[in-house]
Amino acid sequence: MNKPSEIKEQLSPVTSEQRYIGMSEPRHGAKRLTEGNGKYIDDMSLPKMAHVVYWRSPVAHMKILKIIKEHALKMPGVIAVVDGNELATICKPWVATLSHLAGMKSAPQYPLAIDRACWQGEPVVAVVAKTRAQAEDALPFVEVEWEDLPALLDMQAALDPNSTIIHPELGDNICFKRSLDTGDVDAQFAKADVVASAEFRFGRHTGVTLEPRCQIADFGADGRLTVYHSFQAPHMMQDLYCRQFDLVESDVRVICHDVGGSFGIKVHAYPDDFATVGLSILLKRPIKFVADRLESYLSDIHAREHIIQGKIAVSKEGQILAFEIDDLTGIGPYSMFPRTSAIEGNQVVNLVGGPYKHLQYRANLNVVFQNKTPTCQYRGVGHPIACAVTEGLVDLAAMKLQMDPLEIRKLNVIPDDAYPYTGASGIKLEVLSHEQCLAKLEDLMDYASLRKEQEELRSQGIYRGIGIATLIELTNPSPAFYGVGGARIASQDGATIRLDPSGVISVAVSVGEQGQGNEAIFAQIAADAVGLPIEHVRLVTSDTSVTPYGGGTWASRGAGIGGEAVLLAGLALKENILKIAAAMLQVEASTLALKQGKVIDRMTNAEKLPLSEIGRVGYFRTDTLPKDLQADLTVTRHYSQKDFPFIFTNGVQASYVEVDTNTGFVKLLKHWAVEDCGRVINPMLVDEQMRGAIVQGIGGALFEECLYDDMGQMINGNMADYLVPMAAEMPDIEVAHVQTPTKSSLLGAKGAGEAGTAGAPGAVINAINDALAPFNVHSFDQPLTPEKILKALGTI
Amino acid sequence: MSQKTTIRMTLNGQVITTEVEPRQHLVDFLRDDQFLTGSHLGCEQGACGACTVKLNGKIVRGCLVLAVQADQGTVETIEGLTATGNYKDLQQAFLKFNALQCGFCTSGMLLAAAELIEQKPSATREEVREWISGNYCRCTGYQAIVDAICFVLEERLAQVVHQS
Repeated sequence: MNKPSEIKEQLSPVTSEQRYIGMSEPRHGAKRLTEGNGKYIDDMSLPKMAHVVYWRSPVAHMKILKIIKEHALKMPGVIAVVDGNELATICKPWVATLSHLAGMKSAPQYPLAIDRACWQGEPVVAVVAKTRAQAEDALPFVEVEWEDLPALLDMQAALDPNSTIIHPELGDNICFKRSLDTGDVDAQFAKADVVASAEFRFGRHTGVTLEPRCQIADFGADGRLTVYHSFQAPHMMQDLYCRQFDLVESDVRVICHDVGGSFGIKVHAYPDDFATVGLSILLKRPIKFVADRLESYLSDIHAREHIIQGKIAVSKEGQILAFEIDDLTGIGPYSMFPRTSAIEGNQVVNLVGGPYKHLQYRANLNVVFQNKTPTCQYRGVGHPIACAVTEGLVDLAAMKLQMDPLEIRKLNVIPDDAYPYTGASGIKLEVLSHEQCLAKLEDLMDYASLRKEQEELRSQGIYRGIGIATLIELTNPSPAFYGVGGARIASQDGATIRLDPSGVISVAVSVGEQGQGNEAIFAQIAADAVGLPIEHVRLVTSDTSVTPYGGGTWASRGAGIGGEAVLLAGLALKENILKIAAAMLQVEASTLALKQGKVIDRMTNAEKLPLSEIGRVGYFRTDTLPKDLQADLTVTRHYSQKDFPFIFTNGVQASYVEVDTNTGFVKLLKHWAVEDCGRVINPMLVDEQMRGAIVQGIGGALFEECLYDDMGQMINGNMADYLVPMAAEMPDIEVAHVQTPTKSSLLGAKGAGEAGTAGAPGAVINAINDALAPFNVHSFDQPLTPEKILKALGTI
Repeated sequence: MSQKTTIRMTLNGQVITTEVEPRQHLVDFLRDDQFLTGSHLGCEQGACGACTVKLNGKIVRGCLVLAVQADQGTVETIEGLTATGNYKDLQQAFLKFNALQCGFCTSGMLLAAAELIEQKPSATREEVREWISGNYCRCTGYQAIVDAICFVLEERLAQVVHQS
């Protein structure tokens, strides 16, 4: 039975009255979701609301010759049929590049394709009708005449100057190139006792949020736009709508209610987002768009199509001397707006070798265009790739040295007392705990016994493997991620806490909730910071007209950035409350404290005033307060992490698998994770972030791939053919914590949302290869399907 | 397409008579016509289980059954299950174990779990995993869901033992 992992070594409290921070408090706000009372976009309806469906390019690359609308327009209920040229009159095109990624380029993109469509699934024509069914009925009556253009699919071919250039004005098919060289790599490889190398392949996959992307755009007669959106970063979309449609922030409101899964899929600005808003502006009525599953597969961002040549140099003592990688990644025909599609490859370059203390590293990256669905940031962003490459190479080297995989890691991780430390790729690491995490993992999984069991079973023809993956994860980003590159994506967040007259508080935070439990931890932090029962805390998030301005959820920043803003606001409100109480009681504020919603005497703990009394006087009887004392019972605080470009976390995972060498099937027996996200605000929620993320990582490692034929048609774009992890084949996952708080904030929390996905593929692939070791074969080709395993074994 | 047909069913304990288009799926009828939005649409091809509802005592995919097929039948949704209070322990266990994150799969998952509790009160952990393998959850990794269901099975068994 899964109990929230116990944390024995408690950190010293961050507030004077700490009852909730560090506890596995359930998510009280989730009760309505267990009773069918969620409020997702498709549950909503507005007066005069119409529905849009999109005619999407059926081919990978085409020239649009003619769009004939008249037959569709005659269908029952149809309100409008709109093409790209019409929308372009009110929505500017965009080019998604970041100035700090030198030399990056992309082509202008429009809400609906104009002249050309560049991937199967690109929206071309909008059909708006009174009901969704009527819009779908009319869709086949949209006639588009087109001419097929050559489809460029293969990443290698994209580099060939003789290939078709998708956007001729760009000169080639390269979106971004990067090289990194510490200078002495060749010498290290020359002197190394052991050199291991391999090709690592990563299948393009996607997020498959159970609730598809959806929004309702409502442009009112007053010139104000309200967009209800299933999304992670409402202020980012507010800014983009303003810029693309020439509106001002005060006239644009973005609201996110319940979001049915996001994982980075719902943090990008899609062409159909702008099209739906544009239609509302053109037609002057609310328009609802809900993607169906088939178009989700073709239009949600994909991620992680990489081929990497990797190499490691190691001394005979097992000391890692150098890593070298060459990464080729394909991103579709456009860089995705506004975060860009070069970030993932850039992260791979930054993160390979991240846990280790080698000094030499060389990396080469090519990010290329192709006629497939655009790719962009999806949970883990580069981490699962960098980790699988690094840890695969470490295992190959250990095997050559006949060294235990755990031992070689212990020998090479950056020691816990070496921080702050700059990694070979140049990344700044504030403070990590690899040594503690490895020690804890060894104990947690009973490594020695497991190795013994594995050995014994091998003699019976049962092939089990143990795979280990150490990892680092980038969290709590500073403006270095996007802001410095010119993307208007906030890295700061804010919280407003208001004491209401009855003595409860309302907490408005610019970081929202998509199921991870942000609202729950903000309630814990606010309750402790102010000093009142958690039942008296109400959360408001995800409404640009109500909350402070902020970045939302991405790069594992909700707890570390948003949580710190809540803490600072709560502490400031408490101070203001105590000032008023001191005036009312005619004592020094320093003699008072706030405990469980009551002002008490700090020395005697005697109850002095309930919070409702502060509310009554502070709002209705300010005449009784001193003239120079203003009752500021609403406080806003912002927080931005400025000490490091990112606050890195670390962890280690292990996977135990059994490979059936006759069928190639892999049984996942068990998975362990030790993670260090700094101060753990809610152990249960961190455990569950880890478990969910690990299973998502396992999906990519074993099952998930967007398969294309040689014409650029995705051939498995539905939930029956695109395999996602289901309950029966998933292992139980044991989670343990090490807490190394960041000193960049008072709270000390780092992110926890993506480490699971970062480490799981590396651990699982290493475990499979460990199981296959007696046959002297291995494969680093994800998803590592039964077919690929049998091919590696030479049986097919 | 707009020709409607009259159907009659017991929906969450209430007898209703209404008109539907013959092509309308049961889940669309429930969500759009009856405003029971607790059942969700995840794939519309019977793969994800988000639209799971109970028809004539058995769970079905609301996206693979037409509303007219429920004519003269009994339909129960998450709203009805909640109102009966028969699975309050299961709903509470989902909160206790954090067996939901975004909540989009939860209604279907609960309907599936309720049927398991009814039919296999002594199910093992493996049987629970197997049983809910028709319901896709992207958030939790399933373990907390399995734990919540196993917890309820144990509690209910203990109660039976206690009562006997």
